[in-house]
Parts: sequence; C-alpha cells; structure tokens
Amino acid sequence: MKITTIARNTFKEAKRDRVLYLLFFFAAICLLFSRFLALLTVGDRVKIIKDVGLASIQLFGMLMAILMGTGLVYKEIDKKTIFTLLAKPIHRVEFLLGKFLGLVLTIFIMTVLMAVIFLLILFLHTFTIEWSILIAILYIFFELCLMTAVALLFSTFTTPILASLYSLGFYLIGHLSWSLEILIKKVKSGVGRAALQVLYIILPDLENFNFKTEVVHKLPIPTKLLGISFVYGLVYTAFILLLAMLIFRRRDFI
Amino acid sequence: MGKVLELNNVKKSYKLGFIPKKKQVLKGVSFYVNEGEIFGYLGPNGAGKTTTIKCILNLIFPEAGEIKIFGEDSLRPRARQKVGFLPENPYFYDYLTGREFLVFYADLLGLHGQKKQEKINYLLKLVGMERAAELQLRKYSRGMLQRIGLAQALLNDPALVILDEPMGGLDPIGRKEFRDIIVNLKKEGKTVFLSSHILQDIEMICDRVAIILAGEIINQGYLGDLISEKVLYTEITVAGVPAEEFQGLGESLSSRGDRVLLKVYEESNIEKVLNLTLQKKGKIVSLVPRTETLEDIFVNMVKNQ
Repeated sequence: MKITTIARNTFKEAKRDRVLYLLFFFAAICLLFSRFLALLTVGDRVKIIKDVGLASIQLFGMLMAILMGTGLVYKEIDKKTIFTLLAKPIHRVEFLLGKFLGLVLTIFIMTVLMAVIFLLILFLHTFTIEWSILIAILYIFFELCLMTAVALLFSTFTTPILASLYSLGFYLIGHLSWSLEILIKKVKSGVGRAALQVLYIILPDLENFNFKTEVVHKLPIPTKLLGISFVYGLVYTAFILLLAMLIFRRRDFI
Repeated sequence: MGKVLELNNVKKSYKLGFIPKKKQVLKGVSFYVNEGEIFGYLGPNGAGKTTTIKCILNLIFPEAGEIKIFGEDSLRPRARQKVGFLPENPYFYDYLTGREFLVFYADLLGLHGQKKQEKINYLLKLVGMERAAELQLRKYSRGMLQRIGLAQALLNDPALVILDEPMGGLDPIGRKEFRDIIVNLKKEGKTVFLSSHILQDIEMICDRVAIILAGEIINQGYLGDLISEKVLYTEITVAGVPAEEFQGLGESLSSRGDRVLLKVYEESNIEKVLNLTLQKKGKIVSLVPRTETLEDIFVNMVKNQ
C-alpha cells in the first residue's frame, strides 16, 4: 500500500520530467530515420530498420533509466521532501522500492510507446508483424530495469552527475564483460584464471539480455537461454536493490 | 502523566568537508516531554535544535544515547505511528495541489474512503487553506506552505506533534492563528513539541521549556520556575513635567515633546514619582512593571556560556 502510493507519486513526478519527453522525441526521430537509412542500403532493408530500431529503443531507454533514476532519490534529499516522508511511519526500504517501481512503470510505458512506433514503421514496410521481435524488446526492458536499479543505487549516495557517470560506466562494462569470458578460456588455470572468473561473476554481463542479432537474423533462440537470462536479470536487479537498501537504511539526512 | 518523549544522553557529530572533520553537534542531550503539555525547545541558530528533531524522527542516527517515543525505541517506524511532524521551511512536491498533497500523505498513512476526504476537508479548514486547496504548491507563499505543512502533520491524528520553527515566515496575524491552533491541539489532549528561537511565542504558549546551546541542554523546567515573578524595574511615562524634576528618583530614558519615560528601580521611588507628578499638575500616561522574561534568562545564559 505504502509502496504503491510512493510508486504512483514517482510516476506522476517522472511524467512531468522534460528529459523524458526530449529523449522520447529523439528516439522517435531515430526510429523514423531507420526507414530512410534503409533506403540507402543495398540488400536486406528490413534488417537495417530492425537493427537501428532496436538499438534506438535500447539506447534511449538506457538514457531514460539513468537520467531519471539518478535524479530520483537525490532530488528528494536535495529538496528536503524526504524529511516529511520518512517522518511518517514508513520503512526506508518501502520508500526505495516505491521509487524503483514508479520508475520501472515509467520506463515500461516509454518502452511500449517506442515499440509501437517501431512496429508501426516495420509494419508499413513489410505489412507483417513479427512477434519474435517482441522478445528482443522484452529483454531490452529487463536490462532497463536493471539499469534503473543501478541508477537508484548510485543516487542513494552521490550527486546526479556522478551517479550518471557511474551508471554509464556500469553499462559499458556490462556490454564489454563478455570479452572476459574469452580471456578466461585463453588463460592457463591457476590464480590468474580464478581471479578472472571471480571478476566475471561480479561484473555485470548485459549481453545476456541481447537477443537483437537472433531476432534480426531470424535465428532460433533456445528457451533455456531465455530462462537463464531472465533469472540472471532478476537476481542481479535484486542484488543491486539490496545494496541500495543497505546504503540507504543507515544514511543520515542532514 | 506519562512521558511521551524521552531523550537520554543523545550524541551526534557530523563529518564535514573534503577531508572529513568531525563536528560534534549534540553533546549528550537529555530531556523529556510530558503527556499533554506544550514543550518549548529553545536555542539560537545552529545550537542543534533541528538535529535533535531529526534524531527523534530517525532522519539521522545518533551515535550514542537512546530516544523513546511513547516508550518505544525511535528506531522502529511503529514509534512514529502517532507522531506528526512539520519541518522548518517545509519543502513539498510543488507539482501537487494542496489537496493532492494531503491525499498523498493520507494514502501513505493508510487512510481511505469517506474518512480520508472528511479528514482532509477538516484540516484544510483548520489551517485556513480551503480556498487554496486546488492551487499547485509552487504558487504557495511561505506562510501558505507552513499552513498546509501543519495540515499534513495532523493527518494521522497524532498524539505528539513536532513542530520545527513553525512560526518562521508567518505574518503577525498568521502567527497568532498558529498559536491558537497549537493551544487548541493541547486542549484536544495532544502533546506539542515546539522548537523555536522566537522567544515570545514560546513564552506565550509553552508549559515547559528546554534551552539548548552549542549542543548542550543548559536549562530545562517549567516556565514559571525559570522565570521569576520579581519586578526588575518599573517604566513610568509622565506628561507635562520636565525630566529634570525627577532627578534622583529614576533614570530618564527618553523625552519627546512633554513626555518623559522613566526607569525606576526602587519601589519607594514609584510613589514619589507619582506624587511629584500630581503636584506639578502633570499626567501619568503609563506605568508598567517589568518582570524577568524568558529573553532575559536566555540572553544571560548565552552570555555566560
């Protein structure tokens, strides 16, 4: 009950954020642009639309999650609205979860809107709807949920600008950490390899959520992989939220 | 009469700056608030008033000592069930209207349905904000924010109301209305904890006070015990008699036109001044005995420290 109240208010607040509309506007332009880009392509034009479209949804979704997520808790502390809120009989954990859910709802609606534009452009080009493309979008959404949690984590202890940079760093590491896997295979077993393996487990692997290639090239996606990726996202998001709560629980609001 | 709020040797320090430097803000604060009283928490700016309140409400965590609200450890959210709080310079979500703002907090407190609407309407009327209820908070003046903030603090029908500098930013009429509301809260059986540096407000309505200075409670008790009834001096304004006539009887503070303001210390001299005035066909304009005020005590204490 308390969580939903805070979530609803967070959604209300997010809706008023101009950054959200700005990003959505650019996402729409990028999606439309993919159609023109296709005109310049030799060969399979639909692939270009899908490629650029999915990448746009991911990029702008990520920017929304980071830019809004990092400002979220900080704004409450900075504007001191948190004083009256936490003076009420609510747990800090409830506050944080409410914030998270409110933002996830915002990101969800934005993803849906972007997906609708994307599918519409695709439909106008091919006159068919490929439902498998929704899988790729769904997993982009899972990744965005994780990124929201990350942004929230950083915003519990630092300023929005730093938190945005940290979150962006997390995102980049997440998309490059798969190369560690290759490195592990090439290193001889021993301390070095064990250390790399530990590092790989700790570091996020956001490529787990990437089904864009499979969808664009119509490759089969094993259900098991989908399952593993889903659980990975769930566990990692929960872990990040837990970390955020641990920091937030003992924080002083001066 | 039970103790509603009890602080025992509460200590808190902040680490500030790039290279953290410890600054002790509360150096072992202890006091208690009885049920049904208006308790004044007095201190100059930066003495630690707001820090104490934040400790009570669990917005910051004290390093040592314990705080009990209704006998319950303040660290539990349940302890705040019956507590209302109005922060200093209240900041709220400025995109909400006054009514939406109250609805948000009412939802948080688990109020719903008819009861919620009734409560909100009642509180809007109580703080005189009915007409501005549909206006966004960003358009509110400071005094209006203070009022809607008070309404918010009273939503859960609290048994203990904590007000941090509630009269700041209010005009004289607003202050009077706020005082009346606070006194009414007491009549309803609520306990009020009031922090302020405006001495008159505290003197007018508080039962007991604690004075904090540089993180330490330097005095606490019933207002009547702290302030002596002894007359310090008497101020007499006389018209129609030149100031020179009163030499030796009292100190002439000012004279304007034919009026003279005298400060008389000895009681026997008061009569002499009156007789002299009547003899010289002058007029007594006013006669005011000055007793010790909270301000005198306060200024003395601050000086002594």
